[in-house]
Amino acid sequence: MLAIDVKDLRKQFKVQKNREGLSGALKDLFKREYNEVTAVKDISFQIPQGEICGYIGENGAGKSTTIKMLTGILVPTSGQLKVNGYVPYKDREKFVGGIGVVFGQRSQLWWDIGVIESFQLLRKVYRVSEQDFRKRLDNLVERLDLGELLNRPVRKLSLGQRMRCELVASLLHNPSILFLDEPTIGLDIVVKTEIREFLKDLNREEGTTILLTTHDLQDIEALCSRVIMLDDGRIIYDGGLEELKNRWSKGREIQFQFGTATPLTKLQLLTAGLDVTWTMNEQGASMWLPHTINVSDALGMVVGGADIRDIKILETNTDDIVREIYRSGSASASAAATLLEAESPKQETEVEAEEPEKETSLR
Amino acid sequence: MMSAYLDFIRIRFLTMLAYRVNYYSGIIIYAINIGAYYFLWKAIFGSAETLQGFTLAQMTTYIAVSWMARAFYFNNLDREIANDIRDGSIAMQLIRPYSYLFVKMMQGLGEGLFRLILFMGPGLVIVCLLFPVKLPKDPAVWIIYFIMLMFSLFINSQLNILTGLAAFFVENNEGMMRMKRVLVDLFSGVLIPIAFFPGWLKSTMEWLPFQAITYLPSAVFTGRTPMSEAWGVLGLQALWFFILLVPIMFTWRAARKRLFVQGG
Repeated sequence: MLAIDVKDLRKQFKVQKNREGLSGALKDLFKREYNEVTAVKDISFQIPQGEICGYIGENGAGKSTTIKMLTGILVPTSGQLKVNGYVPYKDREKFVGGIGVVFGQRSQLWWDIGVIESFQLLRKVYRVSEQDFRKRLDNLVERLDLGELLNRPVRKLSLGQRMRCELVASLLHNPSILFLDEPTIGLDIVVKTEIREFLKDLNREEGTTILLTTHDLQDIEALCSRVIMLDDGRIIYDGGLEELKNRWSKGREIQFQFGTATPLTKLQLLTAGLDVTWTMNEQGASMWLPHTINVSDALGMVVGGADIRDIKILETNTDDIVREIYRSGSASASAAATLLEAESPKQETEVEAEEPEKETSLR
Repeated sequence: MMSAYLDFIRIRFLTMLAYRVNYYSGIIIYAINIGAYYFLWKAIFGSAETLQGFTLAQMTTYIAVSWMARAFYFNNLDREIANDIRDGSIAMQLIRPYSYLFVKMMQGLGEGLFRLILFMGPGLVIVCLLFPVKLPKDPAVWIIYFIMLMFSLFINSQLNILTGLAAFFVENNEGMMRMKRVLVDLFSGVLIPIAFFPGWLKSTMEWLPFQAITYLPSAVFTGRTPMSEAWGVLGLQALWFFILLVPIMFTWRAARKRLFVQGG
């Protein structure tokens, strides 16, 4: 069954236009002019139950607007929308009982009262029985290590503590879909990792469908099997993360450090016949090779002919890829199509070369 | 679900209690207001026995009771709703399986109860000591007055909700909120009993909900309106309560369509 089914979804906003100067202000007083802004332009996608899907895009690409339509906050201008079997904005009160939402930038807890009081209130709002509530709360508190925070008022929590409490608050009623809008914004790496681990477990154990927007691509790499990329209100990519990387990273770079100085011409001679590019730098040289060439082939040719002290393989990381896509504004650019799928090593792999006499690696 | 709504009353009460110091000064301000109006009316009465059917004693009681009632029904729901809309936190309210406006109403009630117990009660005692206020002896009047007071709170809160929701449609409804406050104070009869309004205004008021907030209940409480007509007053309040639900429903529907969550 589909958890989320979106077809030709569109959202337009009327934005007031302020005319310039005093005469403009006077005119505005009597007749307002509006600009029509289309934040989401006829997007379609489907997310099956139990999937973790990342929803990424630049600021203003329409991510939050989509999430707000999916959660029933905003009413779409046109298009069809079905989440968890409901049309969110129509049966809002019934629908929201089955979803959990965390907006990283806003708190859903009551500012002045203790955390546990907020949870108790949510228990009543969602009509969770005392028994189920206890069980879930104990479990969540243990998992997210909240023990001593429960009696503090929300305003006295740190951001990391608050975010963990927000997660608990969104899960007390055991929702089948969890929407996370920038859940790790502003958090330190320890808390980030903790939250990622927690979400992964949640998905595995409870089968919770998770849709998250983020600017931190490590969230995506750690969690998502699938990415939907948005640009200017349109979907420009929908598919696996690995595939995106393969499609977009044009190649990788291998950095060499040599025991004895090796001239450029010698290196070029060694790899003659391969479509690689060499550049010299202070430590040694680096070779750039496209995905069409196997790393082992290229390495094999160099290793035999040069005194290598250290080798580093740099895969274009996701940040670079995504930055590149944002800049060009389209994932369907012709360049991407020409690249073949290649088995690439993980993000950044370091290979240490065997060196009998000298000290091993210096890095 | 009802227990959740009751919890909103409770929590608002507790929150108000946490900031109660703000309200001690309020008691003094209300006492000064009542005093000022008492002396003003004393001067206006001069040697006259009655004005528009009010005796000075009735007038004093009317002022004291009206101001104390205002302490109960007054709330800032309009501002709270406008702020929720302006800073976008209304989004967090819409992901909850409850009615936002009903929750607001319950919070208004929590605030009202707080003011009733910690403000109106002690305030009335102080006022009775300072000024010649005559409270009714018939317990039936007290009971019916409290029911009316509830409706005063509901009707005033409904007007506040409507004003607050206007924030959906205009960029800044600060002006509207101020205008509403002045209109309610003037037309509900807190400042001047409606009996003193010129004829045309008095008859206009009969078609507006404002007098149901203060003037009509206070008139019953001070004995100006006999108990036999009290039920009519209560019926009119109830009628306004139900009539006002209609524009609120329409405004809310229209607002949902044009909601534009600001700030991300």
